[in-house]
Amino acid sequence: MAVTRLFGAKIRRKEDLRLLTGRGKYTADIYLPGTVHAFFVRSTYAHARIRSVDVSDALGVEGVIAAFTGQDIKDALGAVPTAWQIPGAELKVPKYMPLAVDRVRYVGDPYAVVVASSPYVAADAAERIKAEFEPLPSVTNPEKAVQPEAPQLYEDAPNNTAFVWRASGGDVDGVFSRADVVVEQRMVNSRLQPTAIETRGVLAVYDRYAEKATVYMTSQNPHVHRLLLSLITGIPEHRLRVVSYDVGGGFGSKIHCYGPEAVVLYLAMKLGVPVKWIETREENFKSTIHGRDHVQYVEAAATRDGKVLGLRVKSYANMGAYLSTAAPGIPTILFGPMLSGPYTIQAISVEVVGALTNTAPVDAYRGAGRPEATYILERVMDLVARELGMDPAEARARNFIPKDMFPYRTPIVLTYDSGDYERAFRRALELAEYWRWREEQKRAREAGRLIGIGLSSYIEICGLGPSAVARATGFGLGLWESTIVRVHPTGKVTVFTGGHPHGQGEETTFAQIVADKLGIPIEDVDVVHGDTDLVPFGLGTYGSRTTPVAGGAIAIACDRIIEKGRRIAAHLLEVREEDVVFEAGRYYVKELPERQKRIQEIALAAYAAGASELPPGTEPGLEATAFYDPSNFTFPFGTHVCIVEVDAETGQVNILKYVAVDDCGNQINPMIVEGQIHGGVVQGLAQALHEEAVYDERGNLLTATLTDYLVPSAVEAPDIVTDSTVTPSPHNPLGVKGIGEAGTIASTPAVANAVLDALAHLRVRHIDIPLRPEKILRALRKV
Amino acid sequence: MPRRMTRRARPRATAEAPQETVPVRVKINGVEYSHNVEPRLLLVNYIRDVVGLTGTHVGCDTTHCGACTVLVKGLRGDSWVAVKSCTLLTTQVDGKEVLTIEGLAKNGELHPLQKAFWENHGLQCGFCTPGMIMSALGLLLRNPNPSREEIKWGITGNLCRCTGYINIVKSIEAAAKEMREKGITI
Ligand code: FES
Ligand code: FES
Repeated sequence: MAVTRLFGAKIRRKEDLRLLTGRGKYTADIYLPGTVHAFFVRSTYAHARIRSVDVSDALGVEGVIAAFTGQDIKDALGAVPTAWQIPGAELKVPKYMPLAVDRVRYVGDPYAVVVASSPYVAADAAERIKAEFEPLPSVTNPEKAVQPEAPQLYEDAPNNTAFVWRASGGDVDGVFSRADVVVEQRMVNSRLQPTAIETRGVLAVYDRYAEKATVYMTSQNPHVHRLLLSLITGIPEHRLRVVSYDVGGGFGSKIHCYGPEAVVLYLAMKLGVPVKWIETREENFKSTIHGRDHVQYVEAAATRDGKVLGLRVKSYANMGAYLSTAAPGIPTILFGPMLSGPYTIQAISVEVVGALTNTAPVDAYRGAGRPEATYILERVMDLVARELGMDPAEARARNFIPKDMFPYRTPIVLTYDSGDYERAFRRALELAEYWRWREEQKRAREAGRLIGIGLSSYIEICGLGPSAVARATGFGLGLWESTIVRVHPTGKVTVFTGGHPHGQGEETTFAQIVADKLGIPIEDVDVVHGDTDLVPFGLGTYGSRTTPVAGGAIAIACDRIIEKGRRIAAHLLEVREEDVVFEAGRYYVKELPERQKRIQEIALAAYAAGASELPPGTEPGLEATAFYDPSNFTFPFGTHVCIVEVDAETGQVNILKYVAVDDCGNQINPMIVEGQIHGGVVQGLAQALHEEAVYDERGNLLTATLTDYLVPSAVEAPDIVTDSTVTPSPHNPLGVKGIGEAGTIASTPAVANAVLDALAHLRVRHIDIPLRPEKILRALRKV
Repeated sequence: MPRRMTRRARPRATAEAPQETVPVRVKINGVEYSHNVEPRLLLVNYIRDVVGLTGTHVGCDTTHCGACTVLVKGLRGDSWVAVKSCTLLTTQVDGKEVLTIEGLAKNGELHPLQKAFWENHGLQCGFCTPGMIMSALGLLLRNPNPSREEIKWGITGNLCRCTGYINIVKSIEAAAKEMREKGITI
């Protein structure tokens, strides 16, 4: 492939060779001699008082080394912290102990742990643990949980209410009183199980003499885990090393700190041998965080000609039994401000009630708050269009923020950086042959066939985010990112990043940034991440932040290297610094381009550091550290179009066409961008059609295996036509915006709108996702 | 959705005392191994924990994800078939041959499937990839020229959460072509 510029090139990924040959190093792949294995004993009750737990029989099993209950370790370990404490919402943070002590609060809540010579023996022995419980009434639905008569989970969180968060902007009452039409809808944003194909796991080892612990674990943010584990266990941060080499997908679920992670570390310390725990899929489904789960009441005010003026939203957000690491911020900070989307809506008021329930904790899952908002808005656009007898495309076109209004300030605090929403929208309609399909739909309806066309225009808050905003909204840390770019004496480069890609391909895109900036071959750049002893403190990978924020840091570090190199080059070339030009890996004298030094020569001079090599007062070495704290979020956007046919006999939905036009600003590697869209779209359409985490009325998770929780296989995945527009972010050093979550955010409403559009002429107004055949048939029978 | 079956993954010890071990001999990637193992030891645990080949992954406990897929020769006649190694006991491959992802590249040269996944961005986190490739190989050995639909159905037992499958299907198509053209099988 003739590559003219590495930035923007579709080049194959550097990380792939090891992954393709079975040489990836996932947590479960690390074996240390003498390792023993932990097995967690988990509640089968949704809510119960623990009367007693007797581990003595388990201890008698050959091969069992130790067993502890929540009671045994309650003084040795602190509570699991909630790191996003949103202000002004009367937040109640219930005590979240690593192992339940006197009460279990969801099916899957761990209350004891067995350690044995093998995982098989540990699992066997766990069955010998005798526990007595006093079952208590339970509640799983967020709307019911906050009613006064509901069973109470905590004494210090009356009515199971963790918080009530409100935000508003614009003259909401005014626009509603002026409106020609008001549409109202109750919507359920279904509960999801993230389902990374690699489950979570930990291998901890403690050196008693050095008093130092190493924790190999499945983490999206090793430094954040190190900090939280240090707080829980009391091991000082500088004596704690968290290592996460390859991670088999996260989607948010490996951001958070979980009790068992701290327990395994504690066991390694206590027992003096390496302790390993690899979650089973069943445990993963029952106790790794879930996502979404809102019950939403929405009102929209619009004019006769389709202008949406305002929104009122009340949402009951299910938080699960404990407030997980980032949980309070997801349905609030990352949800409310998103409600105006790409539209000129002037007035919004939103109230979110965070409900504690007898279910697994709910936290950030791919999109995190933003899909929940986009789903509301895109359903509203269709409902308004329908109310007015207008085409849904027309309704959207009348509401887009015009491209000359940027930077654009939304009613709820955001300032959008750049956008041309209509361009992406028009391109998507064109690629989908939207108007032709509308004709086709008419003909099909006459023939009794159900064809539907769904649209979804979205914007996304990415590149999280300015630290000042993070802190002002109660996040425990800033959201900057760090890097060290180290040029070695031979001009080869190692990049240490605080980001922690786990599928997003930044070992390649970051190398592209550096190779492009420094004008060196991409083979000469390697990226290191995921080891807290090697890389500077970083915030990790989530929220589509790694390319814009960690990539931004790398760009800045490269500029610093280039500047230092210029001083050295000027010295070597015996000219003034301002006369030296840097271009494509060489420094040359402005008027005499043949007088030049390659960056590799400069690197060697920087390390050789003789008097003739370094200008006086210049430090030896050639590397730069950068901490980049973005001045704003980035706001990618786009429009997706989905065309479906619904089988009136079976209720089955068949996707006929899917078009995604996305704008994530400049693209460093369009192949990787497209891959992120593909995966995101399929994950989002799964929510629209297949996936839903379901608890029964006694709090049992009915979807605890992959038989019941329907992750799409290749057969359910449609072909996807992708295209992009490019509107660079004006404030990001690379003009990039982030693309990790866009597909997931856009596709759920696009698919749901398509299915409901197919049924619209039959007076079906709304069905809650997932739109499974049985629900569609039920709705069709009613009409 | 395709029908999926449930089974219990980790066979439990029933006896009070730890189980007796039994000898097994198995050739993996051309190397002969012999060990004494518990009769309940799953093949995937044997490959990973005993032999130390960690490219074969575990993603579930109910035979759904396919991350553990390997090829075994001798189960059904003399041909190689793709099997989920979490559904077999080690003793079931006694005297047979197993091929895992580590055995696929020959003399430092990638197999066409590995190459095609690389060229077509058929992987992201890479966790499903070894199983996906072994499953695709099983398919291509049975059907060297599959249609797109046949490929999709051929890998329904392998879940990928990252790629949306589009580039995986593309990769398998490309590999099938190269394998046919160059007469490459395993
Ligand atoms: S580990 Fe999931 S199918 Fe074998
Ligand atoms: S590449 Fe991540 S699960 Fe397939």
